[in-house]
Amino acid sequence: MAETATVYEPGTHPDLPPPATEVGVIGWLRQNLFSNWWNSLLTVVGLYLAWAAFAPLIQWAILDADWVGDTRDACSSGGACWVFVNVRINQFMYGFYPLEEQWRVNLTGIIFALSLAWLMVPRIPGKRYGALFVLIVFPIIAYYLLGGGSFGLPEVETTRWGGLMLTLILATAGIVAAFPLGILLALGRRSQMPIVRALSIAYIELWRGVPLITVLFMSSVMLPLFLPEGVYFDKLLRALIGIFMFQAAYIAEVVRGGLQAIPKGQYEAADALGLSYWKKMRLVILPQALKLVIPGIVNTFNELFKDTTLVLIIGLMDLLAIIKTSLEDPNWLGYSIEGYVFAGVVFWIFCFGMSRYSMAIERKLHTGHKR
Amino acid sequence: MSDSKKTHPVPEGLPAVQMQGVHKWYGEFHVLKNINLDVDRGERIVICGPSGSGKSTMIRCINRLEEHQKGHIIVDGTELTSDVKNIEIIRREVGMVFQHFNLFPHLTVLENCTLAPIWVRKMPKAEAEETAMHFLEKVRIPEQAQKYPGQLSGGQQQRVAIARSLCMSPRIMLFDEPTSALDPEMIKEVLDTMIELAETGMTMLCVTHEMGFAKTVANRVVFMDGGEIIETNDPHQFFDNPQHERTQLFLSQILQH
Amino acid sequence: MSHKSNDEAPAAPSFWRDPRKRQWIFQILVLALVGLLFAYIFHNTLYNLEKRGISTGFDFLNHEAGFNILMSLIPYDETYTYGRTFLVGLLNTLLVSAIGIVFATLIGFLVGVARLSSNWIISRLANLYIEVFRNLPLLLQILFWYFAILPLLPHPRQSIQIGELFLNKRGLYLPKPIFEPGFGWVLAALGLAIVASILIARWAHRRQEATGQPFPVFWTSLGLIVLLPWLAYGLAGFPLNWDLPELRGFNFRGGIGVIPELFALALALSIYTAAYIAEIVRSGIQSVSHGQTEAAYALGLKPGQTLRLVIIPQAMRVIIPQLTSQYLNLTKNSSLAPAIGYPDLVAVFAGTTLNQTGQAVEIIGMTMGVYLVISLTISAFMNWYNKRMALVER
Repeated sequence: MAETATVYEPGTHPDLPPPATEVGVIGWLRQNLFSNWWNSLLTVVGLYLAWAAFAPLIQWAILDADWVGDTRDACSSGGACWVFVNVRINQFMYGFYPLEEQWRVNLTGIIFALSLAWLMVPRIPGKRYGALFVLIVFPIIAYYLLGGGSFGLPEVETTRWGGLMLTLILATAGIVAAFPLGILLALGRRSQMPIVRALSIAYIELWRGVPLITVLFMSSVMLPLFLPEGVYFDKLLRALIGIFMFQAAYIAEVVRGGLQAIPKGQYEAADALGLSYWKKMRLVILPQALKLVIPGIVNTFNELFKDTTLVLIIGLMDLLAIIKTSLEDPNWLGYSIEGYVFAGVVFWIFCFGMSRYSMAIERKLHTGHKR
Repeated sequence: MSDSKKTHPVPEGLPAVQMQGVHKWYGEFHVLKNINLDVDRGERIVICGPSGSGKSTMIRCINRLEEHQKGHIIVDGTELTSDVKNIEIIRREVGMVFQHFNLFPHLTVLENCTLAPIWVRKMPKAEAEETAMHFLEKVRIPEQAQKYPGQLSGGQQQRVAIARSLCMSPRIMLFDEPTSALDPEMIKEVLDTMIELAETGMTMLCVTHEMGFAKTVANRVVFMDGGEIIETNDPHQFFDNPQHERTQLFLSQILQH
Repeated sequence: MSHKSNDEAPAAPSFWRDPRKRQWIFQILVLALVGLLFAYIFHNTLYNLEKRGISTGFDFLNHEAGFNILMSLIPYDETYTYGRTFLVGLLNTLLVSAIGIVFATLIGFLVGVARLSSNWIISRLANLYIEVFRNLPLLLQILFWYFAILPLLPHPRQSIQIGELFLNKRGLYLPKPIFEPGFGWVLAALGLAIVASILIARWAHRRQEATGQPFPVFWTSLGLIVLLPWLAYGLAGFPLNWDLPELRGFNFRGGIGVIPELFALALALSIYTAAYIAEIVRSGIQSVSHGQTEAAYALGLKPGQTLRLVIIPQAMRVIIPQLTSQYLNLTKNSSLAPAIGYPDLVAVFAGTTLNQTGQAVEIIGMTMGVYLVISLTISAFMNWYNKRMALVER
């Protein structure tokens, strides 16, 4: 320790390397894991916890697991029985959609993925047309492609839709339909017209105040009572109407946040240039506000995506429901953990991906947004 | 909207802006008290006064960003009432430059300039862009046309804001403290632009603390305090021989440093 | 265009060009459209109900229910009315929400603080917890605990035992306190201690303002609140007994039995909501800029004081509104109970009672009304809180 420090003439001091304990692997370990006795204790406890949790999990899920086979007899090694998932995977993905027609689901999925890429990858131009495509054209294409009954495609009834496909349909259809209404409600809530504002607030607060499950009960039990004689909505459509009305209230609040974030000067400058209310909103305010709320919209979608599982309670066969039903099959009793873990992995990939995307966008907005 | 394309005919002999007995309240607070001011065509008026004296509110009444509750405001022969048509006409004829520029950050400089000509004046896009480039050259930043406002300095942004207003071919320009948000080294470039604009004979109302600008450019200086016009005078008289004691106090405060 | 005296208001424009009148016409149109829609729905509903022979109104609430409910906090059997089922369900909803809120807060704060730990491993583990549980549907978690994990628990005979607490397939069994006469004195002593502490805190605050002398309020209050009730407890002759759960035959008797449905639901709600609360706590603490800590240190405040006087008051301002809305979410999410058969408001009332009576409009209306009242109460509280905080800020 007792080194004699070299004396330098003023102005000639070179850059010296820092002490070894401050940098490199050792420095990192010291600073982040063993900076004092308390920290070291935490490290040991943390390591033990991690080992206690993950070692058996990996053992069960990977090392001891059975992957291939046709029946439960293939599962003999004591670990996870992924054979169950393997055998049922088609149902988990497509529900009871006829095998020879599943290309239609795949095609719809591909179109949707491509149009999403159009919207989400910053480098591709024409976002406005992309949005119009997703909001207007795509739903029509998807409707005819999935439902069939025209253009020479055999009809596939919605009762046969299920699995991951249904989960995705519920979530996307819900948000796409709710988007325009949500924007109108947000504008209404910020309007100076008292009746319009009151109606918007009432709508938003009503739907945000009740749990989705009661909304789904309402749309499945009460909605048929609201309709005139002879008009019948099937179960899926009723659920979608419930999700749509519920979701519009949430989108309205997200968009309102964006509208509030636009500085007053923007409204004034647009007024001073003589733009009318709708032109001001369409050309100046909404393009900025909607860009600001992309993370919020993605988060709302994420929540909705998780919430679509609730349709299980009103008897639709989404991914979770179909797994739950499969677990009641007498041939496969006792593989609940496998079933739910598989559902969890699928949901988690989607949700985690979306939350990461929204965080990335948010970071970009924060750094790139100057006044 | 038949008359949206043609410009409003210039009424001969009338002042550009007439304010007659204008009052305004924010709730209980009386911000403008009996404002009487006639601005002639081609006249350049500088409005000054301590902060909170109502000078910004006054010029914001002229294009109805604020609503007055009493009195008359007649702009170019059109009275400003709650009539939507009149508001449309007046906003088309009156340009405004703000303290914080208020450029639209999601549009390029060029798009900022062509937005109102296209959507309000119904001008063809090519023509609007030509006009925009003309005025961007006037304010000496044509090379920035494709950039976004966030990429420009404050002074450049304010010059774009001036060009944006000019693209609507206004007959009257309002400036609401156009240099207050700028760094000192950028103030000059904006003031130069404003002086050049003054030389074209534009009717201008400027709220500003730039006394040098007032001295060289203004025909008249209006001093406001407590919501009233205290004194109106030509610049030399105003600075060398202020009549009212509040004016003297104000001038002594701002000229000290 | 002549202009008269300066005194008058600006001239009124013609009817169609006055924005205010335009707005009113627009609003009346909107209102009329909404009214028409409601009238249409109302008409259809009446017609449909008549056709199905369902009488409207709330008379059914007085009819005998005729079904049993798995768990009830108030006396109930099948001879009680439908009105009573509403109450039983509501209380069960409030019970599971309250349990969930307590545990979600505890776990959430723990994980949130761990997330900010300077220890890399602890912070990573906390992050893992947040990312895993936040990104899985709550319903999936509820089903997972109930259908996949609870069946793995041992039979009652091999219960997992922690002290006098037993966990097995049939649920969780806790000791139940039995209050003998005289326990009122203990409660009275506790109340007295709390009041005294508040008074002492006020006095100490005033004294510190006047003289600068601090007074150890915390330790004094703690002493009072712990000692006084114990003293009373002893003087009154220890008037508290415990009813311990005991294994009799195939199951436990006595104590408090927590049914597995409640256990799974409360567990899932706590774990799920805790992930959100942890994020709120983390972002709340991080929202206080590092400059605040540095300024406090520079003023000579100790780390503990900095935390108590500078960081926590500012962080709580961010945390409390969001925390409240998480509590609200948890309460709303407890409505997933029907998926595993926990008898909450939705399962009992909007489920069984609705199926038996067919009174869809009234029952769904009442159920939504309950949640709406809870939400509006909580958002009223949040508005009040935010306003108060906004005032403090000025």
